[in-house]
Amino acid sequence: MKPPPFQYHDPRTIAEAVGLLGTLENAKLLAGGQSLMPMLNMRFVLPDHVIDLNRVEGLSYIKETGGVLEIGAMTRQYEVEFSEIVRTRCPLLHQAILQVGHRQTRNRGTVGGSLCHLDPAAELVSVAAALDATIVVTNASGRREIKFADFPVAYMTPAIEQNEILTAVRFPLWKAGHGAAFVEFARRHGDFAIVSAAALLERDGGGIIARASITIGGIGSAPVRVKELEEAIVGKTASAELFRTACESCRKLDAIEDIHAPASYRQHLAAVLSRRALEQASGIAPQSATSVH
Amino acid sequence: MSSKRTIAVTVNGTRYERKDVEVRLTLADFLRHELGLTGTHLGCEHGVCGACTILLDGKSARSCLLLAVQADGHKILTIEGIAPSADKMHPLQEAFRDNHGLQCGFCTPGMLTTLIEFLRDNPDPTEQEVRIAISGNLCRCTGYQGIVAAALDAAKRMRAAP
Ligand SMILES: Cc1cc2nc3c(=O)[nH]c(=O)nc-3n(C[C@@H](O)[C@H](O)[C@H](O)COP(=O)(O)OP(=O)(O)OC[C@H]3O[C@@H](n4cnc5c(N)ncnc54)[C@H](O)[C@@H]3O)c2cc1C
Ligand code: FES
Ligand code: FES
Repeated sequence: MKPPPFQYHDPRTIAEAVGLLGTLENAKLLAGGQSLMPMLNMRFVLPDHVIDLNRVEGLSYIKETGGVLEIGAMTRQYEVEFSEIVRTRCPLLHQAILQVGHRQTRNRGTVGGSLCHLDPAAELVSVAAALDATIVVTNASGRREIKFADFPVAYMTPAIEQNEILTAVRFPLWKAGHGAAFVEFARRHGDFAIVSAAALLERDGGGIIARASITIGGIGSAPVRVKELEEAIVGKTASAELFRTACESCRKLDAIEDIHAPASYRQHLAAVLSRRALEQASGIAPQSATSVH
Repeated sequence: MSSKRTIAVTVNGTRYERKDVEVRLTLADFLRHELGLTGTHLGCEHGVCGACTILLDGKSARSCLLLAVQADGHKILTIEGIAPSADKMHPLQEAFRDNHGLQCGFCTPGMLTTLIEFLRDNPDPTEQEVRIAISGNLCRCTGYQGIVAAALDAAKRMRAAP
């Protein structure tokens, strides 16, 4: 359980890091190391070069401009957790991050690392799907933007080329006062979810649902936006009855099967958790407590 | 293809200059094998058990998921450095002893380092908050009951004598 031999590089600038990526064969980027280091220790990956992003300047920030929240790739997960802008302007992200691993892993783990690792049950990946995020990558010729819908190309495989670095993610923010809830089912607190549900709701002055986003994580190789459910509730008044009936459609989603749960169980969780998420996002049920602070 | 680097770190207040390390050496193995600080335990070596938790610049981290080269220029606190002096224990250590917070002791270094950060940020936690705080630390002996009691007791002692 020790990392295999490799050459180590610790560039100071994005340009230097991109340069190294472009010239070195079989290189791997190291961010928070909370997924890559276990894979190195278990020798699931055998890179000849490790390019450590931890000393690169300018990749760690959280800022809001014109209704868009932009987060630098090397921003640690704990910085998102304690960010006032995130808590007030992007409550879905705040709730989700509290369910990512543990204090010790959030102190190191980064936003960019989680998005690139692209675990099907990763909370941040679901949030990116729910908010229609834009991924910003940098390569030798400049920057390129990828719509999140085009980001996952296969199981744990993002649409990033070998010579590119994810440098930021942009979350378009919803109107102030919108409803949001992130609920998940995991065997223990801090484990990857078996299934998760993210819900966003906007209501007009008369209480009618004007806009909705529902994302199920852990059910497919990437999070799934349930458009059928979104369409079924928009234009209606939020009620427990509406959500109970509408969420049944989640039982029809294609589901993966593994050692943790069969497909039918995941489909059941998708229906139950999407209902709970909608009830919480609309204030019908209280928010489930996940915060340590 | 072995390659080495020279690093300087401060561990438990002691400055170590010019340490030659192989770049693939984990921080945990550096602490244990190079510095002889074997209080940091290794349970799983892939980030799951929490036994290897140390504080890097005051923040808890799993030392099996860090490379020693990444600690260059940083401050580390390990279990060996938490007691105020050689003949006085940290209130967390006293509370663990008094509440049966350990049996074999394998998980204890990680529990204590995790709780040092937690109680610093949250001096008056609820039981539920303590359970979430130690959710990344596995204990195969105690059933956690004694650990949670010890953490709450330590919090009380530390509030009384900050
Ligand atoms: C005990 C434990 C529990 C966990 N629980 C959860 C959980 O509940 N939910 C969850 O989502 N995660 C969980 N994780 C994983 C999470 O902690 C990681 O932080 C995350 O998956 C990867 O982020 P990282 O910064 O650590 O990246 P790394 O591990 O350093 O890298 C991950 C991958 O992304 C690539 N990469 C990283 N940054 C970039 C970049 N900027 N551009 C291009 N490629 C890049 C790396 O090359 C590597 O392939 C857990 C981990 C542990 C150890
Ligand atoms: S040895 Fe580091 S987490 Fe288990
Ligand atoms: S006391 Fe033995 S593992 Fe916790």
